[in-house]
Amino acid sequence: MMDQILFYFFGGLAVLSAVLVVTSRSAIYSAIFLITTLLATAGLYLTLRAEFLFAVQIILYVGGIMVLFAFVIMLVNLDVALHQAQFNRQRWVATLLGLVLGAQLLLAFLLGHRDGANRDLLNLPSVAVTQLEPNTQLIGDVLFNKYVIPFEIASILLLVALVGAVVMGKKRI
Amino acid sequence: MSPSYLSDYAPLLIHILAAMIVAGALLSLSVLVGYRRPSREKSEAYECGIHPTGDAREPFSVKFYLVAILFILFDVEAIFLYPWAYVFRDLNPGKSLAGFYEMLLYIVILLAGYIYLWRKGALDWNR
Amino acid sequence: MNGLFAQNAYLLISLLKVAVVVLVLLTGIAYLTWFERKVVAHMQSRWGPERVGPYGLMQPLADGVKFLFKEDPTPAGADRFVYFLAPFLSLSLALCTIALIPFGPGEISIFGRSTSLSIAEINISLLIVFAFTSLSVYGVALAGWASNSKYPLLGSLRSSAQMLSYELGLTMSVVGIVLLSGTFSLRTIVLAQQGTVLGVLPRWNVFSPIMPQVIGFLCFFIAALAETNRVPFDLPEAETELVAGFHTEYASFKFAMFFMAEYAAMVTVSAVASVLFFGGWLSPFPENPAFHFTYYLPAALAAVGGVLLIVNGLRYRSKVGRVVVPVLGLILLLLAATCALPGVNPVIQGPFWLLSKIFFFLFVYVWIRGTLPRFRYDQLMAFGWKVLLPVSLANVVVTSLLILLREKR
Repeated sequence: MMDQILFYFFGGLAVLSAVLVVTSRSAIYSAIFLITTLLATAGLYLTLRAEFLFAVQIILYVGGIMVLFAFVIMLVNLDVALHQAQFNRQRWVATLLGLVLGAQLLLAFLLGHRDGANRDLLNLPSVAVTQLEPNTQLIGDVLFNKYVIPFEIASILLLVALVGAVVMGKKRI
Repeated sequence: MSPSYLSDYAPLLIHILAAMIVAGALLSLSVLVGYRRPSREKSEAYECGIHPTGDAREPFSVKFYLVAILFILFDVEAIFLYPWAYVFRDLNPGKSLAGFYEMLLYIVILLAGYIYLWRKGALDWNR
Repeated sequence: MNGLFAQNAYLLISLLKVAVVVLVLLTGIAYLTWFERKVVAHMQSRWGPERVGPYGLMQPLADGVKFLFKEDPTPAGADRFVYFLAPFLSLSLALCTIALIPFGPGEISIFGRSTSLSIAEINISLLIVFAFTSLSVYGVALAGWASNSKYPLLGSLRSSAQMLSYELGLTMSVVGIVLLSGTFSLRTIVLAQQGTVLGVLPRWNVFSPIMPQVIGFLCFFIAALAETNRVPFDLPEAETELVAGFHTEYASFKFAMFFMAEYAAMVTVSAVASVLFFGGWLSPFPENPAFHFTYYLPAALAAVGGVLLIVNGLRYRSKVGRVVVPVLGLILLLLAATCALPGVNPVIQGPFWLLSKIFFFLFVYVWIRGTLPRFRYDQLMAFGWKVLLPVSLANVVVTSLLILLREKR
């Protein structure tokens, strides 16, 4: 009961603010609503007992990545942005892509329900969540035993991003 | 869902709400009782006493963006250290040092990037 | 009615604890401004606040009333919603972190129900502390942007970049603590620091026999100074360059809210530092019958303070002061008597030591402000990226290696 209320609250908040991100005229409002979306998603993680993910979502996405977004947006000339058409000429492409994505999700959902092949996948949270322990220990064990190679590759990815940031950010290298 | 898990967070939620109420109350109280006699001069932005010129929101040095990007990258690194530290003793069963070397490799790879940053002067504000 | 209470007792007791903690914190913030002005004044051979009430004790209240009634013009071209959102965010976030601090070991009973001496007991409380810290940058960034004025914008950009850079040092310096105690729960971190080193020193994380976290603590404290925008890292408020930084265009209580947020952040950061590195609520004396007399330290301290206030108060220069100060002294004596009661005495040990440690750190904050000049901006950024980051990372590597060497033999 309680977890359903929380799910619909956070889910609704996430969807609502995601819609507001797209429809807000001012970029900084879009950013604020995006922050709300990310926080609501963090709330969803919390109800799914993914405590560590909940904290990381806030620290990294809201406290890190969105700050960069805010930096960029704060210095865009807002007057210009306000006078531009809200949806530009890519709107038809975007609508089409959105529809295709939605259809894919719907199809996957329906198919999964029909033949039961992916039922485990689709029903994973509602089945397992009551038995799950808070998962920091789990994440640590899995990440540093089973997925060591992807973890080390992640550091190389970070290295590439570092170099890329410097190359694009500095005038003289 | 067992009650004990999410109810751990209930007091925190109460506290956050209380903090927001305090902040909101102080904010609205000052709006309600505050003295108010606006004029055009008063509402001008402060620019050492002269009329403000131009738009305040102008593009600024790219270094701020660079700092933000680098912060995100190193913050990801720091966050990876946390679950590692949490399970550190389990990662090194018996005489093995596997968990330590895993993270050492990870840190060394990023250290290479850090040294690159340093050599290229990305950490110097004046360059 | 009784049944309703029984069902929601947990929430009601939490509400009560929240109310007490928030009120104490707000009063503490108010008197921290008084304390800071007094201490800095005495360091500079001045008197500090003297006029409003005896020893200037009513100064915070007078300031608050003044802020409340000040005119509050919104700058033209400001984004009104964000302009109001920024101080709101700053203050409410700064007041939140205290919820995660454990104030004492045991449980106390309120209305026949036992409850722990902290507001929220969460497995990942350390990470939530960082979550709140990482959000605090928005108050500054949004304030500067919303004002639509040049100085605030520059100030807010600078301080956002500063807060981001030092947040790294803050996050990295605590990894050593997680390595030592293997948990994210602040309560368990404190519990892991019980005992003594060499029979004398408390086994706090700064003195940990495996790897003393002195470097970790120094990194943490320096980063905390920068995160809370305090001297020598108070560039957001570098008045000679930026007028008043990100809050140049703020007046009235909105301005005060930024300051309250700064002081609340000082208090909570001191609390976190004591919990992580200095054993939280643990007494610095060993748990041993020979040191049982230290249980009466809080009472003795309050009694000495009370006597001093009465003796000095009776000779105070104003008539009001000659009444008020001795009454305050009597209240302190009463407090001392309460602290000595056998039922109360063990319970207050935890909060007493934690508050003493917080108070010590706050004094250091003020002391630093009275002593050090401000950094130049390029020095500040260079220090954050070239010293703090590598040193705290090295601390992590060395700590983990030493844990392995000491525990694997």
